[in-house]
Amino acid sequence: MIDQFIINALIAGVMVAAIAGPLGCFMVWRKMAYFGDTIAHSALMGVALGIAFDSENPIIMIGTCSAVALLLLFLQRDRRFSSDTLLGILAHSALSIGMIVISMMDRFRTDMMYYLVGQILAIGIDDLYTIGAVVVLSAIILYLIWRPLLSITVHEDLARIEGVKVDQIKIAYMLLIAFVVAVALKVIGVLLITALMIIPAAAARTLAKTPLQMIIISSGCGIISVITGISISNMWDVPTGPAIVLSATVLFLCGRFFIRARA
Amino acid sequence: MSVKSSQLLRLENVCKSYNNNLVLEDVSFSVSRGETVTLIGPNGAGKSTLMKISLGILDVSSGDVHRAKKISIGYMPQKVMIDDVLPLSIRDFLYLRPNTTYDDIEEVLETVRLPHIADQPIQSASGGEMQRILLARALLGKPDLLVLDEPVQGIDILGQQEIYGLIAEVRDKTNCGVLMISHDLHLVMASTDQVLCLNRHICCSGPPEFVRNDPEYYALMGRPMEGVAIYTHHHSEGHDHQYHSHKSARDNHDHD
Repeated sequence: MIDQFIINALIAGVMVAAIAGPLGCFMVWRKMAYFGDTIAHSALMGVALGIAFDSENPIIMIGTCSAVALLLLFLQRDRRFSSDTLLGILAHSALSIGMIVISMMDRFRTDMMYYLVGQILAIGIDDLYTIGAVVVLSAIILYLIWRPLLSITVHEDLARIEGVKVDQIKIAYMLLIAFVVAVALKVIGVLLITALMIIPAAAARTLAKTPLQMIIISSGCGIISVITGISISNMWDVPTGPAIVLSATVLFLCGRFFIRARA
Repeated sequence: MSVKSSQLLRLENVCKSYNNNLVLEDVSFSVSRGETVTLIGPNGAGKSTLMKISLGILDVSSGDVHRAKKISIGYMPQKVMIDDVLPLSIRDFLYLRPNTTYDDIEEVLETVRLPHIADQPIQSASGGEMQRILLARALLGKPDLLVLDEPVQGIDILGQQEIYGLIAEVRDKTNCGVLMISHDLHLVMASTDQVLCLNRHICCSGPPEFVRNDPEYYALMGRPMEGVAIYTHHHSEGHDHQYHSHKSARDNHDHD
């Protein structure tokens, strides 16, 4: 008999991986991996705010991540600083705020590690509902914007002239990442969430012939990684988040060798 | 002033500045149906800025831009690089244009003579093929006005003639107007009606054979075959750009 907490972990992990892969494909195509990291770092600030307000409401986390994403868009209007620099400023400032606030609250100091690598085995039914709602909503929005988003990814000016609402689509995509990162924090943690987006997408690249194939395969790779990772973690008593990430890395390497062997 | 029926685009006294830095000064020109207008000028002359203003994706600081009502604009951007990480066939690239059907795609691929490679990854296209793909994408909207940014950049002579040939063919067949940026006057000579020499302002304009012999043109673009051109300071207040050269000696320190 499998314990309930393992089942919860599996359901939560599979749901997050299913949407993280497709979002990660766009992250890889648009070379925005560092953006995911920034949002994850600011999620820690969301955790701190939640503690400060003594509330576990996921809205706080989602709100914080979204605010940082929108702040980035605003700052990007100043052409003197590259996105790279702005992301560095935002990520580390948010991380520092989060760490200082958390450190001021004695009862949480010992739990810091959970936020960094996740606490997937502590996921309850309420968490499942929250994650489920966010994942379904994100999937619907991504389905609606994926073609224009792809067009922007290939050539922004061309898309704009062809009538794509470039700014709205970009904001929608950034908010999607903020939403998913916010709910994935408990599953895989600040340090590793970007990995769950990037590595399955990279693994999918070697097998895919079209953008849509890459999106679907990345979802599959993410789901396989989560199931494998949780099983390994359960068998050998290693941290779950890192086990999931390494499973994805192995999939990526297998894909590479598969292509080499075929060529 | 109303836009004449055949006129697709008209700019009047357009100025553009970024952070108090004037990049376009008092630029006026128009493009009509069946007409090809070529913008030439050195790097940093404001060609791309002027093109973005014509396309309507950049606002002017002062002056007016008139576009004929409900015209469809096809845009061919300068040299598109698509990263290998995106698995995208040529057909799928063309399909990215909103409201496109696969029949439309077959048709434009025939026009640019590329149907045989439609299913290959777009990254495998050669320089010349890539430019024809971009032209095909611009043609998908059945444009009244084609705007082309350096359509032959980085292509060998044969390929260049082919692209210019295709553009002229499309123009003659659909009676669209063409506005393009080019570095080299000699290559576009045969297929352009009007040349605008741009260096922040319009230095000279007119039919290509006219501009070719204009001292302002040498001053701006140089004359590599015959050594360094002598730059004469000559002022004139003429503002009629249609088939008349008007000179204003400004910011050509390279040739002083």
